[in-house]
Amino acid sequence: MQAILTTLLFVAPDWVVSLTRERRPNAFWAEYVVWPLIQIVVVLFIVLTLVAYLVYLERKVSAFMQARLGPMRVGPWGLLQPLADGIKLLIKEDIIPIKADRAVFIVAPIISVVAALVVLAVIPWGATWATIANVNIGLLFILAVSSVGVLGLVLAGWGSNSKYSLLGALRSSAQMVSYEIGMGLSIIGALMFARTLSMSGIIDAQRLDGMWYLMFQPLGFLVYAISALGETNRAPFDLPEAESELVAGYHTEYSGFRWALFFMAEYSAMIVTSAVAVTVFLGGWMLPGVTGTSLFGLGPISNPTLHTFASIIVFAGKIMLLIYAYMWFRWTWPRYRYDQLMELGWKWMIPAGLANIVLTGIWYVLALPKSQGGVFGLMQEERGRLIPNRWAGIVYFIVTAFVVTIPIVWGLLVTINRRSRDFNLHDQRQLQMQLRRERLEKMLQEQPRPAETGVQ
Amino acid sequence: MQDQQLAKGQETLFDAEEMVLNMGPQHPSTHGVLRVILKLDGETVVGLDCDIGFLHRGVEKIGEADTYAMITPYWDRLDYVAAVSNDLCYVEGVEKMLQVEVPKRAEYVRVILTELQRIASHLLWLGTHAMDIGAVTVLLYCFREREEILKIFEDFIGARLTAHAFRIGGLWWDTYPEFEPRVRDFLKILPGRIDEYETLLNANRIWLQRTVGIGILPAEEAINLSLTGPALRGSGVKYDVRKAQPYSAYADFNFEIPVGENGDTYDRYLVRMEEMKQSAIIIEQALDGLPEGPVMAKVPKIIKPPVGEVYHSIEGPKGELGVYMVSDGTGKPYRMRIRPPSYINLQSLKRMSIGHLVADVVALIGTLDIVLGEVDR
Repeated sequence: MQAILTTLLFVAPDWVVSLTRERRPNAFWAEYVVWPLIQIVVVLFIVLTLVAYLVYLERKVSAFMQARLGPMRVGPWGLLQPLADGIKLLIKEDIIPIKADRAVFIVAPIISVVAALVVLAVIPWGATWATIANVNIGLLFILAVSSVGVLGLVLAGWGSNSKYSLLGALRSSAQMVSYEIGMGLSIIGALMFARTLSMSGIIDAQRLDGMWYLMFQPLGFLVYAISALGETNRAPFDLPEAESELVAGYHTEYSGFRWALFFMAEYSAMIVTSAVAVTVFLGGWMLPGVTGTSLFGLGPISNPTLHTFASIIVFAGKIMLLIYAYMWFRWTWPRYRYDQLMELGWKWMIPAGLANIVLTGIWYVLALPKSQGGVFGLMQEERGRLIPNRWAGIVYFIVTAFVVTIPIVWGLLVTINRRSRDFNLHDQRQLQMQLRRERLEKMLQEQPRPAETGVQ
Repeated sequence: MQDQQLAKGQETLFDAEEMVLNMGPQHPSTHGVLRVILKLDGETVVGLDCDIGFLHRGVEKIGEADTYAMITPYWDRLDYVAAVSNDLCYVEGVEKMLQVEVPKRAEYVRVILTELQRIASHLLWLGTHAMDIGAVTVLLYCFREREEILKIFEDFIGARLTAHAFRIGGLWWDTYPEFEPRVRDFLKILPGRIDEYETLLNANRIWLQRTVGIGILPAEEAINLSLTGPALRGSGVKYDVRKAQPYSAYADFNFEIPVGENGDTYDRYLVRMEEMKQSAIIIEQALDGLPEGPVMAKVPKIIKPPVGEVYHSIEGPKGELGVYMVSDGTGKPYRMRIRPPSYINLQSLKRMSIGHLVADVVALIGTLDIVLGEVDR
């Protein structure tokens, strides 16, 4: 029992152990009850506050992009706005439509928010003790649990018993399922290098390989970033809640705090997908020049606690950068249409992800040490895992990724999509015009004119 | 065999039902209180019906009960985002009946205000159209420029939205001293701002995918549907009342009529963007040639046009806005009939939408640039 737990959880810092010294056995209480609880409370508190302030940030960012000020009334620069919003949502009347399926209606937002919050457990917020659970299948766990969130949206759409909600839920389930495939495929290339699914293991692998996987897997990162936008229903893929068409999509009938739960789920999903991107592609809590023991070569960091706090700040900073990019996209681009979204998912993201896996695999096998059947022998074994040879290996992987993989995959995608509806817009326009003309001529010939699908 | 069954709608795995979706009258993107009833097969539109009249105020009937001067403010409230253009149509119609010669200065100021109003109306259209397609930022940018125009109106007319700008026979007041420099300032910033919108939209892949090939109307079809305004010109028909039957002082100015090629949503977008630039050119010419002189013709206090009828139309921002009036020699019109471009353009919505998706219906309502005040009158 203890052996399993030890592999799952990081060792608690000394002060936690001393906190529970009255208890016997001391170590068990400290490490498996008190310390995880402290971590959970802290992480939940910080993430939920962050979610509230992300809403504020989004309003401010959009305001500055749109030549206005954003929230300014509540507190200095509107800083207390999230608090006011929260209170407003809490004391609002709780409305459940009469025709709605009560149980489903109530359960749906809970599923959504739980799925979004559970995955926070395996996110490596910082080095050493800053992760709640160091599960050895962390990445798989995140992908698996976050897809449960779709269920919440589907149930919300179905349970509301409203047409707008139903359409929104149909869209979102199709969209999230489609984009999850692309998302899963896009990280496999990076996993080939990391050879582990543990979140902190992946970060450690990037340290050992001496390069962020963004450089080895630019295409994987691109596919991941786009799929993550689709997965979290953010613009330009925010169709499930497309205001101009479906009023508010699956949460049309929700108000008050139930609605806030959906909102919370959306923003924490943003945090989670960004955290995964940072972990897998952007080197986690590492910065170039900063290692566990030195800071830009200026001197050693002797204090491990300081190092952990620094790593948390770096990790959070990278997440915030990605989230800013999310917001930037949202306020710049128009929205995709449903069929175009599906096309992008199935005809662009998934083939690109698959091709990336195949090509990465080929480059990897070619670079294996000659003793293991490789051709170039650009990798060496170190501490039980294969890493690229200094410089020669790293340059080889970067060059193959940028110069060979991307053009090949682009050519493949063009071949697939050459005849698709949206690829060549000019031809498409002429074709539709011609079809329209033919239909018009046919209509004018037929007498009397057929009654066209009258609704009423 | 199987094909026949499929064609009849049988032999599907599940019971396939067509869903009737009621969009509006309270809906974010029906541009007012338009109710669109959609029959959907999945997300594809197979049937569409517009239910209008939620904003009906009986302007035409009110016209029969009020004196000629009293009717003018009701025209502001037809197309409430282009009040000045509406006024111009009515006022010129009455002047035609009275055979009044409007002073040159008044004509020029009218042209300046009407073209400013056209820019304001197109800005509002661009903002809402882009927002319907999902580009929210464009809306705020457009409102920033529209605000400048509204401020110019406010200082001249006293109102921002329902600007009761013109009187029968000319203008009530002459322009204020800062009018000319302020309009010139606005014209200076406008091209840069239009570039800004075009940077955001013109070459944007998503914008192109959402608008190119959507709601194609070939020229013949557009004429058959009696479309006017940018909706018609987007289909490649070069018809603009300002050129076809020049009214007011439009004969004095040089400007182009932009036309599209393919008659799709993207072409209509390009046409309106170009129209804004052309309007700016007209305003500049009008400011340069603004003559001195009176702004009001000699018009009797109580207007009693001679017995007869008149039809006058202008090129409003939405299309050909016309008024048909019959006078029986009294102080009130015997009959007043309005040709509302929004109402007539709206009739093409069904023709354009069928076969497209729900999201396209929203884009198509946007591209028609309807205002429900004018549709319902």
